[in-house]
Amino acid sequence: MDLLGFGDLLLSGTWVTIKLALTSLFFGLIFGLVGASAKLSRFWFARTLATLYTTFVRGIPELLLVLTIYFGGSVMLMAVASRFGYDEYIEISAFGAGVAALSIAFGAYSTEVFRAAIQAIPKGQWESAQALGMTPLKTFFRIILPQVWRLALPGLGNLFQVLLKDTALVSVVGLNDIMRQAYVATGSTKQPFTFYMAAALIYLGLTIMSTLISTWLERRADPAVREAQA
Amino acid sequence: MNWNWEIILEYFPRLIDGVWVTLQLVFISGIAGLLLAVPLALMRTSHRTWLRALPFAYIFFFRGTPLLVQIFLIYYGSSQFEAIRASALWSILREPYWCAIIAFTLNTAAYSAELIRGAIQAVPKGELEAADAFGMSHWLKVRRIVLPRAFGIVLPAYGNELILMLKGSSLASTITLLDITGAARTIIARTYTPLEIFFAAGMLYLLISAIMIGAFRLLERRLNRHQHYRGPEQVSRVDPRLAE
Repeated sequence: MDLLGFGDLLLSGTWVTIKLALTSLFFGLIFGLVGASAKLSRFWFARTLATLYTTFVRGIPELLLVLTIYFGGSVMLMAVASRFGYDEYIEISAFGAGVAALSIAFGAYSTEVFRAAIQAIPKGQWESAQALGMTPLKTFFRIILPQVWRLALPGLGNLFQVLLKDTALVSVVGLNDIMRQAYVATGSTKQPFTFYMAAALIYLGLTIMSTLISTWLERRADPAVREAQA
Repeated sequence: MNWNWEIILEYFPRLIDGVWVTLQLVFISGIAGLLLAVPLALMRTSHRTWLRALPFAYIFFFRGTPLLVQIFLIYYGSSQFEAIRASALWSILREPYWCAIIAFTLNTAAYSAELIRGAIQAVPKGELEAADAFGMSHWLKVRRIVLPRAFGIVLPAYGNELILMLKGSSLASTITLLDITGAARTIIARTYTPLEIFFAAGMLYLLISAIMIGAFRLLERRLNRHQHYRGPEQVSRVDPRLAE
């Protein structure tokens, strides 16, 4: 597909979108796991902090989060830097701000998914691991997490689709993703419908692919299915 | 960094103007989206394959692509066609306000149609059989049994959808509308105090969604009051603590 000579540009935008989505997924999963551990923690302070995090982040628009981190982040960094005697202007890259905003948002939603999955695992498993002499940390990584993975996958798959679509918002602060490149192509060809439709179809292709991958992962994670195939 | 509360107070009226625009966008497109979603959901549950295929394609497209693309397709995309520019539709499609409403309506209709379809399929079979036993026609059954029951079932999920739409409405700021986010962006362009103003905007969104959650709890109690119904024999039964 040539698209009046702008096919390559859209393709490069697609690559940026994929990189943004996967990087945010990586950090978002870490935020989600930490958030879920904090929500289930014995310590009152950690629980409150995690509840504040999920309530605030889930209640405000993702676009506002992207804008706050992109424009507010540099103000904050400059304030910190000036304490150390550095008074130059600091600019955050659109990619960095996008990763920060999207992973914070993904983390808030996946906190709930992980929390529900961890709670769904019978308490007896913690107790038997303790009886075998495992530390709580070891129990978490060896016994609980492998099972949480299977229970959390369907929820995480849905959240990844939301994340994939939210990457479009980062084009508002100038990241060269699919949306931005479609806008650039529109500028010189005066064919906005063609290029935004092309962008829409690329996103549709990406969501279809992510659905296929998450169903494949779900099947693989289910021991019943895996044994039946073997 | 010094946090500046005065700047929030000074520009607060401008943000409140944005709240009205946001609420208009959410409620107008919410209602229009619901009106569109009901026939789509009914078509999705039809027995005829061709009748099911059309809403499937529609829902698939609108749920699979970002809302931002949909807004841009309608606002910028419609100007590509001479036929649209020459028609009476152009007076609507050239206004960002109506383009945002059309995009949000089409988007929320796709998501709500899936929710309503699930609810329609969750209506207990026995109630449909009872309606058949009364000799109700298909449409009478849909009107009196299926839809009222489906609305009660769908309500909690629809509340979530409305909150997602509230958050999505911030995208209207990308096509120059002065909703909460749009107002915040114009204020920041003048004052360069992004943290304070975006914080205030975020609090306004949180407040609106908290009010919406509360309103939906009340509505749910009302619509699903059969679930909380207590018969006279339960109510008049003596309190067990007294009957010793």
